[in-house]
Amino acid sequence: MTAAPGSVGIVQPQRASFGDPLRLSSGATLPAFELMYETYGTLNAERSNAILVCHALNASHHVAGEYAGQPASEGWWDNMVGPGKPVDTARFFAVGVNNLGGCFGSTGPASINPATGKPWGSDFPIVTVEDWVDAQARLADHLGIERFAAVMGGSLGGMQALSWAIRYPERIGNALVIAAAPNLSAQNIAFNEVARAAILTDPDFHDGHYYAYGVKPVRGLRIARMVGHITYISDEQMGEKFGRTLREGLNYSFAPEFEIESYLRYQAEKFSEYFDANTYLRITKALDYFDPALVTGGNLTRALAPASCRFLVISFTTDWRFSPARAREIVKALVDNRRDVSYAEILAPHGHDAFLLDTPQYHAVVRSYLVRTLR
Amino acid sequence: MTLSTRPDFSTIAGWIAPKARVLDLGCGDGSLFAYLRESQGVTGYGIEIDDAGVLASIGNGVNVIQSNLEAGLAGFDDQSFDSVILSQTLQAMRHTELIVLEMLRVGREAIVTFPNFGYWAHRVQVLSGRMPVSRDLPYQWYDTPNVHLCTVADFDAFCAAHSFRVLERVVLHDSKRVSVLANLFGSLAIYRFQRGGEQ
Repeated sequence: MTAAPGSVGIVQPQRASFGDPLRLSSGATLPAFELMYETYGTLNAERSNAILVCHALNASHHVAGEYAGQPASEGWWDNMVGPGKPVDTARFFAVGVNNLGGCFGSTGPASINPATGKPWGSDFPIVTVEDWVDAQARLADHLGIERFAAVMGGSLGGMQALSWAIRYPERIGNALVIAAAPNLSAQNIAFNEVARAAILTDPDFHDGHYYAYGVKPVRGLRIARMVGHITYISDEQMGEKFGRTLREGLNYSFAPEFEIESYLRYQAEKFSEYFDANTYLRITKALDYFDPALVTGGNLTRALAPASCRFLVISFTTDWRFSPARAREIVKALVDNRRDVSYAEILAPHGHDAFLLDTPQYHAVVRSYLVRTLR
Repeated sequence: MTLSTRPDFSTIAGWIAPKARVLDLGCGDGSLFAYLRESQGVTGYGIEIDDAGVLASIGNGVNVIQSNLEAGLAGFDDQSFDSVILSQTLQAMRHTELIVLEMLRVGREAIVTFPNFGYWAHRVQVLSGRMPVSRDLPYQWYDTPNVHLCTVADFDAFCAAHSFRVLERVVLHDSKRVSVLANLFGSLAIYRFQRGGEQ
């Protein structure tokens, strides 16, 4: 009997330090690094109930619960992770981690470069999904987790789950790949390039060393966020939410007149206050570079051959950023490899953002799938 | 999660080799696949379009792929399964011919089961001027999912017209095999067949 779904309550982030150098995909080496993480639930005696929750573009290690004395500080996937929730913390030990290059406490461009004593800025190396996964594996070692019951994530987080299955097949029992794609389309990369161009051309960018100038390229970051945000929502949903509604009628000016304009500006403003532009640049690059089939001549089936875990792949009908057709490519490659895979295509009007929402069928599928992983 | 069994399950299981690679089209809650996994140790996938079926299959630990059969089996390579099963779904398919051809493309053998429209009680109802409603066809004409009902004789002719080689044919009523006048006294038909000209 599970209790009514609830919150994991007050949580506290933790920091893990790693002194062994980490060799990156680019060939660069990080001499040492730190990762911020949070955990929810209890690791069982067999250490067999751990689930790694990977974040997407703009989220962090703060997956669930809230911080003491900070109202409205719920984690980004609080509807998914908690007691009685699909990732039931009464059964599972969930781990959230801020990826390398992030801006929520893990080593990233705003951290101090030990070689110079100044923030890394643009000298911080480009990191890839594979680098993140390698760093996460170090965190698993640190936590005494030899094998995750599951690694899961949506969007870019789903790509990390896929990468885990390929890179560490013996360390993962299940991969939950949600609202993801086996690589980015030209259109996806194009959107990312607009976002990067906005940041790189901001006069406050200062070649990535803006920390020293006491400024931040917030104008670029805002535009980057606007572009991204548009791709997270379906046309249908945007139409339903905002339509052509005007705030006060036409003013024949360039001030925000349509509701959608002020919504985008608001989202962009909020985002630029807490997110670091150098991190944004790097995460979009990691997205663009992700392509496990690159080393197999574009053959995704062969790229996924090393994976041995079970898979749950989920897509959302109105997601045009990573459409169901892209998820089906992953499913096909897994079927070709005769892997255990289930695939659910969730009817949802929201677009890509649906992976963060709690459509009943979506959550029921995740819940039902995970219940079986502990049997 | 509870599993149901249907009268055609044991006949189908008898036609599946141990450890066979199986694709179950229209797998519903995964009951048949789970049955075959228990009895024959099969591996493979169920395909289901309905949300409730997908959820139940996952709950039953069956690999299920949510997909519309009417669009064919594009996600599956040629001859990648030992058996492809369509259990009591044929009659509800719009693109009947397409799906049967797809079954024989991805599988070495096809197993199809369907309610026999030629069953005597159905004929009596048609003769009396009404569309049949029975245990096997429990729908009124205006709300039935069944769009392509056929008789045993019809399916025989379909197989002949496509040069399919029928390997086995069993017609049941009340879970018992009917061997005399099967098209009249049998209510559930089960076929195993492959493409003609093959071993």
